[in-house]
Amino acid sequence: MIDGLMIRALYGILYREFLRFFQQRARFLSALVRPLIWLLVFSAGWRQTQGLAPYAPYETYIPYEVYMIPGLCAMIQLFNGMQSSLSMIYDREMGSMRVLLTTPLPRWFILVSRLFAGVAVSLLQVYAFLAIAFFFTYFEFLELDIAAIGYITVLPALILCGFMLGALGMALSATVKQLENFAGVMNFVIFPMFFISSALFPLWRIKDLSYTFYQFCTYNPFTYAVELIRFALHGQFYAEGALVVAVTSAIALGLAIYAYDPSRGLKAKGKRG
Amino acid sequence: MTDTLSNQDTHPETAQTAAISIEGVSYNYGKRLALDEVSFQVLPGQFTALLGANGAGKSTLLSLITRLFDTPNGTISIDGKSFASHGSKALAPLGVVFQQTTLDLDLSVRQNLRYFARLRGLPSSFANLRIEETLSALEMYERVDERIRDLNGGHRRRVEIARSMLHQPKLLLLDEPTVGLDIQTRRVIVNHIHNLAKNDNVAVLWTTHLMDEIWDEDHLIVLDKGKIIEDGTVKEILTKNGASSVSDVFESIIIQEEERLK
Repeated sequence: MIDGLMIRALYGILYREFLRFFQQRARFLSALVRPLIWLLVFSAGWRQTQGLAPYAPYETYIPYEVYMIPGLCAMIQLFNGMQSSLSMIYDREMGSMRVLLTTPLPRWFILVSRLFAGVAVSLLQVYAFLAIAFFFTYFEFLELDIAAIGYITVLPALILCGFMLGALGMALSATVKQLENFAGVMNFVIFPMFFISSALFPLWRIKDLSYTFYQFCTYNPFTYAVELIRFALHGQFYAEGALVVAVTSAIALGLAIYAYDPSRGLKAKGKRG
Repeated sequence: MTDTLSNQDTHPETAQTAAISIEGVSYNYGKRLALDEVSFQVLPGQFTALLGANGAGKSTLLSLITRLFDTPNGTISIDGKSFASHGSKALAPLGVVFQQTTLDLDLSVRQNLRYFARLRGLPSSFANLRIEETLSALEMYERVDERIRDLNGGHRRRVEIARSMLHQPKLLLLDEPTVGLDIQTRRVIVNHIHNLAKNDNVAVLWTTHLMDEIWDEDHLIVLDKGKIIEDGTVKEILTKNGASSVSDVFESIIIQEEERLK
């Protein structure tokens, strides 16, 4: 049951996450610059060759940048989820995690709160990115064609996807013993997740090119996150995507809670004396 | 649910509930036994020094008391509430200072303490009051807006002690808190913690291998190879062993114990 202590603690965890985020200006800038480079350079270069025929949720031909936007939103959340898990490993190595784990809060609540704080930061990044993209549309550098309501209907999808990507990162962080090992893990997670998905190309086009690659994309939960955001940005609900993302979130969170249990995850990291 | 252990945790002579009660706790790392049937109590207002060489089992014991490790055998109760029946809520009366710095280096002293106060559920106005009180007691309030990264080791340690006292814990656990500090800072911290025990009735469990941090009136527990080999006041232990100092006692006990095991 959620009590007053939990509400204050959640506020405390959010407070620290935002303080750290705003102090790490490079993190904020890179979170924005990375998708903007993709949007401006990649999509501008390909828009002449990659115009896409109508398919759900689009009702007409769309320029390539319209197609890319949901994938880039999900990319921001993917990087943020991994950044949060990196921060968990850093906290574990620096001892800050011990401070959290020795409070009278249930361990599941601590992990869910950390996750929630990570999602909140990712929302800030995504909306900052969308605002800049809107600015480019306004001055006719891009044609984004997102209705005003889309910025609201996308919020629940972003929350759900943020939870999934954060929970995956958290489960991953429990298995990584040292900070130095995490860069390698990120390369094996972030890039395959992003590229073997519908973030850059629609599934029907991938299917035309390679059925095997298409199958890999359909096994990737990130594909469902991208599609969930895509439909939500256009005011539609993608039930299959929501289900896959919710189930993946629950499994990843369950694994993280299991791994951070005092009798399991942290046992190996204890100092003997 | 009534905690069945609460009666057992009451000290018979003083009828006080023990701040911490440890009953028959054992712990293994694989086949290696790190703690063997460890039992002791710390009463409110008592400064207890837990003395042991490296590898004696001190850090394992502290990890069990702070619930970083699960307790597979035996019972640990804090202020009469066992982990088995109360889970993480039993940690509420506990303040901890870890051997390693656990502050966020890029945040200020105030931001670090505010964060911790929220984790402990303190309302803002009360938290601000306690931040001022605890830092002032350690002559650190004037540095409240400095970043932790800009403080030296002694000042960081003082901030950690202030943080551990924010929520007015009944039990304060300190894991070799003076390691790496100069003599003057060590003296300030040792005196401050002794005064907390005496004046504020806080039970203190202080692990160390530095004999000069232990005073004659302190409660002393000597841990060797996972077993408690002495438990009493420093005076009692000195008299029993016919020694003049704690370091003599410690050395002779360890030598005797090693000979006994040969």
